Amino acid sequence: MRIGVVVFPGSNCDADTMHGLRVAGAEPVELWHETADLQGAAAVVLPGGFAYGDYLRAGAIARFSPVMRAVAEFAGRGGMVLGICNGFQVLAEAGLVPGALLRNRSLRFAGREVSIAAQTADSPFTLGVPLGRPLRMPIAHGEGCYYADEATLDELDRTGRVLFRYVDADGRVAVDPDDPANPNGSVRAIAGVANRAGNVAGLMPHPERAAELLLGSDDGLLILRALVESAAAQPTSGRPSAVIVG
Amino acid sequence: MTMHSGAYRFAVNVTPRPGILDPQGRAVEQSLPHLGVSGVSGVRVGRRVELNVAAADESAARAIVDRLAGELLSNPLIEAFEVELLSSPGAPGPG
Repeated sequence: MRIGVVVFPGSNCDADTMHGLRVAGAEPVELWHETADLQGAAAVVLPGGFAYGDYLRAGAIARFSPVMRAVAEFAGRGGMVLGICNGFQVLAEAGLVPGALLRNRSLRFAGREVSIAAQTADSPFTLGVPLGRPLRMPIAHGEGCYYADEATLDELDRTGRVLFRYVDADGRVAVDPDDPANPNGSVRAIAGVANRAGNVAGLMPHPERAAELLLGSDDGLLILRALVESAAAQPTSGRPSAVIVG
Repeated sequence: MTMHSGAYRFAVNVTPRPGILDPQGRAVEQSLPHLGVSGVSGVRVGRRVELNVAAADESAARAIVDRLAGELLSNPLIEAFEVELLSSPGAPGPG
């Protein structure tokens, strides 16, 4: 199962993500930001880092790179795309997932382990992930405070598109933005969301940094496996991109 | 001071939309008592981008700036912007 990992200038989680995907049983392939060829990948991951230096706003410039045009076209055809951390910020800037990532409420860069819990069983990104169980994995971001207007938040809740929320060790959702279990002040404790069609998702924590017990937790492997297995089950999986958008 | 003959010079002022949490603004506001300043509120921190645009006339130049401001320089979900013309071709700008 070939999965593309986009490399922007300033990406720094690409190698970890490729390794994590390998552990999850996939064959990862690097996709340089200047290429519009997704090399027949069955799914695409936008990894963490500081694409284009995070200038203007995190993800704002990366959004206009050639590879993102190809990723948007791939997503439009139903291809699975997962943005992790900075990748989530890029997807939000591109309008491929709803909402925006604001500066952390604390104003501090937050680099520590948090707990998140899957909120829906109906997403390909949570396939096989136990519902509501705290999953431990690191975060590392300065702009991770999820924001969307109330109408969008209600729609996300109603349609089951909030994939993950920050929870405490007992699995209680950290709805209060000042709750220490909510590391950045995200509204409704949102750590991961999906687009309307359900095939594009953004996730603030780093599952690839918790994909082996050697790293302190392998809970993240559940999320990487969900991606790999769902992509493998898709009817279009493995086929090279046939549509080229000029 | 530089004269940019043949180009319009604009400033795009980007600010957080009302109601959007602005922790930078809040941090600035919270520091004011340390300066012995009181009575200041509503601090919002934004960004200013200045640029030259070569175009046939002012409205063509503004159309380019408006597009850049809406698509790249600001995120309309969380930020508002205002475009300000600083100088026109041939005319020295204020700074």
